[in-house]
Amino acid sequence: MLKMLKVKVNDIDIEVEEGLTVLQACEIAGAEIPRFCYHEKLSIAGNCRMCLVEIEKSKKPVASCAMPVTDGMNIKTNTKLVEKARKGVMEFLLANHPLDCPVCDQGGECDLQDQSMFYGIDKSRFKENKRFVPEKYMGPLIKTQMTRCIHCTRCVRFATEVAGVPEIGAIGRGEDMQITTYLEKAMESELSANVIDLCPVGALTSKPYVFEARPWELKKTETVDVMDAVGSNIRVDTYGWEIKRILPKINEDINEEWISDKTRYACDGLKYQRLDVPYIKKENSFKKISWQDALQILKDKINITKPEKIAGLTGDLTNMETLFACKELFHKVLKSKNLESREKNIYINLNDRKNYLFNSEIKGIEKSDFILLIGTNPRYEATMLNARIRKSFLKNNTEIFSLEDLGDLTYNYKVLSNTTEEVKKIIENNCDISRKIKNAKYPLIIFGESALTMNSSKYIFEGFKKFLNENNKISEEWNSLNILNTNASAVGAYDLDIVCKTNETLEKINKNFFEIIFLIGQDNISINKKNEFIVYIGSHGDKGAEIADLVLPGAAFTEQNGYFTNLEGKLQMAFKASYPPGEAKEDWVIINEISKLIDGNGLFKDKNELLTAMNSHINSNKKNEFSNLFKEEYINEKILTLPIDYYHSNVIARSSKTMNECRNIRSKLKKTGTEG
Amino acid sequence: MSLKKVSKEQPDKFEFSEENLILAKKIVLNYPAGKKKSAVMALLYLAQKQNNNWIPLAAMKYIAKFLDISYINVYEVATFYSMYNLSPVGKYFIQICTTTPCMIRGAYKLVDVCKKNISEKENELSGKKNCSWTEVECLGACISAPMAQINDDYYEDLNVKQFEGIIKDILKDKKPKPGSYRGRINSEPEKNRQTLIENKNA
Repeated sequence: MLKMLKVKVNDIDIEVEEGLTVLQACEIAGAEIPRFCYHEKLSIAGNCRMCLVEIEKSKKPVASCAMPVTDGMNIKTNTKLVEKARKGVMEFLLANHPLDCPVCDQGGECDLQDQSMFYGIDKSRFKENKRFVPEKYMGPLIKTQMTRCIHCTRCVRFATEVAGVPEIGAIGRGEDMQITTYLEKAMESELSANVIDLCPVGALTSKPYVFEARPWELKKTETVDVMDAVGSNIRVDTYGWEIKRILPKINEDINEEWISDKTRYACDGLKYQRLDVPYIKKENSFKKISWQDALQILKDKINITKPEKIAGLTGDLTNMETLFACKELFHKVLKSKNLESREKNIYINLNDRKNYLFNSEIKGIEKSDFILLIGTNPRYEATMLNARIRKSFLKNNTEIFSLEDLGDLTYNYKVLSNTTEEVKKIIENNCDISRKIKNAKYPLIIFGESALTMNSSKYIFEGFKKFLNENNKISEEWNSLNILNTNASAVGAYDLDIVCKTNETLEKINKNFFEIIFLIGQDNISINKKNEFIVYIGSHGDKGAEIADLVLPGAAFTEQNGYFTNLEGKLQMAFKASYPPGEAKEDWVIINEISKLIDGNGLFKDKNELLTAMNSHINSNKKNEFSNLFKEEYINEKILTLPIDYYHSNVIARSSKTMNECRNIRSKLKKTGTEG
Repeated sequence: MSLKKVSKEQPDKFEFSEENLILAKKIVLNYPAGKKKSAVMALLYLAQKQNNNWIPLAAMKYIAKFLDISYINVYEVATFYSMYNLSPVGKYFIQICTTTPCMIRGAYKLVDVCKKNISEKENELSGKKNCSWTEVECLGACISAPMAQINDDYYEDLNVKQFEGIIKDILKDKKPKPGSYRGRINSEPEKNRQTLIENKNA
C-alpha cells in the first residue's frame, strides 16, 4: 500500500499519497494553481514557472508541478509572495507575447488570457521590440502563429510520448528558441491535431476552423464519435445548422483526452454531398420528387415483388434504433430474411456477446503484459486504442507481437509469420508464443476483421478460444480474447443479431438474385448492378446513392439521437446537435413510414415505443446457431491485413475536404520517401 | 546571437570515414548500455571535424540513425550549441567574442575589421572563399580582451592594427602566431607586475 503523507495546504490539513506533486496535493485541498506547461497526461517539464507556491522553510518560491510532496510540508498558495512571484512570471511571459487577442482564434478559451486576468499587470514595462518568429508549416490541420508561443513544450511532449512520432522539437535556445517540426514537414500522426487543444495559447490553432467562430457563440453538444468502433466521446460545436468543430470530451475509459484527426476534422464532410430531397433515377439521371411520390413508387415496387427477392444492407454509421427498425421492417412487414449488417463474410459467433467484443476493454490494455495482433492494424482501424497500446508499451514495456509486418505502429513489435500455420502452432501449444501467453498474467489477443474473413477463420478463432480457455486466460477477471471491429455500428448490429440467418445475402447480391435491395447508409459495398431496384436511405450522395434508383434522404449521426455500442460493448448515445438538411428525415422515421405505407400502421407509435421494444429484444435470451453455417477447417493460407484508407473510410470522411487534403499529403509523403 | 541558419545547399550523403567510424563506436561505448543517445554531442563534433567544420543535414540524419534517436532530437542539439556550424564556414573560421569585457576593450572595432576585410555580413565566405567570421558570446579569455578565435587558436590582447595584420595573413593563407599580442604568457600580469600597488587606477 502507498504511504500516506500529511501536508498542510493554506492551513488545511490533508493526507495525500506518496509520489504526488505539490500541485496535485494543492488540487486535492481545493487550491487552484495556475499552470501552462503542466498537463496530467504528459511528463513534467517545469519550465513555465507559473505554478510557483510558497513552502515553509524554503527560501524561494517553488515550482509546484515538479516538486514531490514530502511529509509535514506546509504549502501556501495565497500569500503576497506567491502572488508577486506569479505576477513576475506572467510579466515575462507577456513581454514577448503579441497583443493580438482580437484576431486570435484562441480568444475566449485561452489559458494565457484567463490567467492574465488574475496575474497580469495593466501595462507593459518592456520597451524593447517584441520577438518575431516566422510561422511554421505543420501540416494541413495545424495553423501556427509562433510569435504567440510561450515555450511550454506541451506539443513536443505530446508528439514524443502519446502520439509516438517524435517530430516536433524546440530548436535554438534562449530568446531564439522556436518550436517546429523537423524541417517543417507535416506531422505524420493520426493524433496530430490534439496539440491544438494542448496549446495553452494561440500558437497552434486549428487550420480548418480558422476565423470561423468564437467559442461563446457556439452551441455545445456532448456526444459520441462514429468514425471508428472505439466510440470516442466528443463535443460537437454548432453555429446554427453548421457543425463548426469537434473537440474531445474526457472519458478515461475510452479516449482519455484525445481524439483522432478523422474524428475531429471529418465534420466538414457533413456540409458537402448531402442529400436533402428524395430523388428518383430516370434515364440515368436523378430527378427530384416529393416524399409522397417516392414512397408510393416504393410501395408499388414492393407489392409486385416476392419477399425472398428483397434484401437489405445496413451501413457502418447506422445507429441501433435504425438497425432495430430495419429488423422489424424486414421481419414483420416485408417478411424477408435477407437483412445483413456485415460488409464482408466475417465469421462471427453470436452465441455469446464475448465472441465479438473487445473483452479486455480499452482501459485494460494499460495493464496487459503481452499483446498479439492477428490480422489487424490498430493504428488505422482504431487510433485511440492504438494510443493505449503505446501507453502500455511505455509503461509496462509490454511485449507486442504481430503476425504481419504493419509498418510503424508507434511502438516496437516483433513480427511473426503471417500464416495460419503460425496460429496453428500457437494453439497447439507448440512454440514460444504459446509459452509466453501462458506465462503472461494479462495477455491480450486482438483479432482484426481481416483475420475473420478467411476460409479458416472459424478454425483459428475457435481454436484460439479453446487454447485460452484451457489455459485459464478467459475468466471473469480477465478475458484475453478480443475482437477489433472497425465499424461504429458493428457491435450494435450483432447485439440485435442483424445477420442473414442463412448467410447467403452477400453471395446472392453478387449473383444478382434480388429484385429490391435496400441500402440503409451502406456505401462501402460494390454491387454489380443489373436489374435490381436499389433504394438508398442515407445522408450522403456517395457510392450507395450513385447506383440507387430511389434515394431517400436521411440524417447523419449528429442530426439524430441514436445509440451506438462501441467495440467494448459500451452502450453510448449520440445526441442530436444539428438537424437534417432540407426535407431529410431521421432514419428510423423513414423506416417507420415505409412500414406504415405497406401495412397501414407503422411499426412504432413513437421513439419511446421503439426503445422499449429494442431493449426487450436485446435482453431476451436467445440461442443463435449462426456460427454453425461456417465450416471449421484448417487451410494453410496467409493472413493478410487489408489496408484501410484511413482518411477515406466512410461517407462523411470521403465528403470532407480536410480529409481529402490530409490524404493527398500523406500519400505524397509516401511517394517521395522523405520519411527516411 | 540569432537562430542558426541551415545551409540551403546540402550534400545528399554523409557517412563517417573509416577511422571516424571506429572512433564513433568507441565514443558510444563510453556510455552505459541503453544510453547511447548521450553520445550525440561527441558524434556531431566528430561529423563537423570530418566535414570541413560544418554539419550537413545528412550528417544529422546519419547520427540519428547511428544512435537510434529521432531526427528532431539531433537537430535540436545541433541548433542549440553555437559551436556546431550548420552552414559552410571558411577554412579559417574567425569567432570574435563580443561579450561585455571584450566589448568594453573594443571588440566591435575587431568586428568592423572583419566587415571591411572579409565579408559585410556574418557567416558569409570571403571573396577567396577561405575565410568567414562570426560574433560569439564569451570564449572565456576575458583577461586577454579583446580576443578572437581562429579555428582552434586564441589570438588575444588585440588592437585594430594587429588584427588587420592577422586577417591579411590569413587571407593569404598564412597562419599567424597565436597567443597574446602584447607579449604576455597565458594570463600573467604585464611587465612582471605582482601587486597592484603602483597602479593608481586599479
